[in-house]
Amino acid sequence: MALRDSGLSDPRPPLAWMAAIAVAVALVTAGGLFLLYWRTPGGAAVNAARGTSDTVVGAAGSVLAAPVRLTDRGADTISDYFFAASQNRDLKRKLTAALTWRDRAVALSEENVRLRAMLGVRTDPPLPMVFAHTVLDARGPFSNSRLADAGAAQGVNEGNPVLSDHGLVGRVVGVAGGVSRIMLLNDLKSRTPVLILRTNARAILSGDGGENPLLGYLRSHDAPREGDRVLTSGDGGVIPRGLPVGRVVKGGDGSWRVALDSQTAPIDDVRILLFRDFSQLTPPADLAPRNLPSMATGAPAVAETPAPSPSQSPKPAKVARP
Amino acid sequence: MTMTSGGARRQPARRWISAPALACLGATLLFAIPIRIAGFAAPEPVFALIPAFGWAALRPSIVAPVALLALGLALDLIWGSPLGLWPLCLIIAHAMALSVRRLLSGEDFAVLWVWYAATCVVAFSVGTLAMRLASGAWPTLIGVGLQALVSVALFPLAWTLIERYRVDEVRLR
Repeated sequence: MALRDSGLSDPRPPLAWMAAIAVAVALVTAGGLFLLYWRTPGGAAVNAARGTSDTVVGAAGSVLAAPVRLTDRGADTISDYFFAASQNRDLKRKLTAALTWRDRAVALSEENVRLRAMLGVRTDPPLPMVFAHTVLDARGPFSNSRLADAGAAQGVNEGNPVLSDHGLVGRVVGVAGGVSRIMLLNDLKSRTPVLILRTNARAILSGDGGENPLLGYLRSHDAPREGDRVLTSGDGGVIPRGLPVGRVVKGGDGSWRVALDSQTAPIDDVRILLFRDFSQLTPPADLAPRNLPSMATGAPAVAETPAPSPSQSPKPAKVARP
Repeated sequence: MTMTSGGARRQPARRWISAPALACLGATLLFAIPIRIAGFAAPEPVFALIPAFGWAALRPSIVAPVALLALGLALDLIWGSPLGLWPLCLIIAHAMALSVRRLLSGEDFAVLWVWYAATCVVAFSVGTLAMRLASGAWPTLIGVGLQALVSVALFPLAWTLIERYRVDEVRLR
């Protein structure tokens, strides 16, 4: 037998074995990465990597989406030209309906102001917001997110709620210089506290990767009905109360779900509410600590004084520990 | 490109790895554009399953698993999924295809399509289980099934990859 046929001429291990070892090493690396991310999802290195990649991918998405937007605009212009007469009729009909609604809104607004004044209700101040285009869209069952072309440079922070023209879209989960990643309401990891307007019932809206997220942990004596309006409840302080979310629908599996308002139209343009927490909705002076009257009996009550400025704030008293 | 002594064309290994990997990345980015056709969003197949199966069907390679690891990480970063999810799915799919490689050699289009579909099912099952672990909730099976279906429908591209490099690369015959 020739030496080359005996298997002794080539000291290298067979390629199949080398490939199997490479697969095993890659598998262990991938599994390790996944476990590491599962245990510490908000690590600094991971966030930095995601920020850098979002910037690069966002720029690529902007370039790729530009012709699509141009084509859309061009198609709209052509269709406006050819369907001007029918659109005019349609707009006139909508304008008539809108004028009726306007009169009703004005009357209700005046009534609202009068009732609020009578009850002493404090209204929330308007929140600042940033307008953005979405440039990239992940739609799989394992992740539903979008990249928007506004980021830290525009004042966007993690946790900021995102709205479309129709309702709540999701919230910001990652921010880089000029882009931010929005986790949509139907993402598998999305959990949003909501309320059903008719019954005031609280629930948690849980995404499962499908079109209609689940209404879980429903707390109410009254069962929901199909078509009930769903709004954000503001519980937990992440998202302000009263943002429109959608309508209750019965899922094919018998569970209560929500048909999202934001899915009734494309969400190419979004508004990012620069909402941090509820302290934004209250004047800072109201939140400042005050000197309260003493609890001691017989001692003269200390008059309520305005909060000192930070430079004048007294040193905190030492607290005796048991 | 170099020539073998028999005159057949022989391409460097990096070409049958890098060209399909870059094509997959480009296609993934293209399909991630927020575009709607007649009110419907475009489907989002997992293009990276094509090389995961195709490379295993072509020949065992040390570079392929590393390339799949990089490709999977890129998918995680583009789609915002948990880091490590798609590398895990792709490498397990590749390992499965590699383990039955002897059964794949010489088979025709339809048989390979069945094996490719099985590979996709394995990849999506791993992804479903991993997401159950990571998020504590089961992803909707309809959504998983739909994405698996559109990914299975990409088999003609995997066939093209296999045929293209099996013909060009004399070592792969």
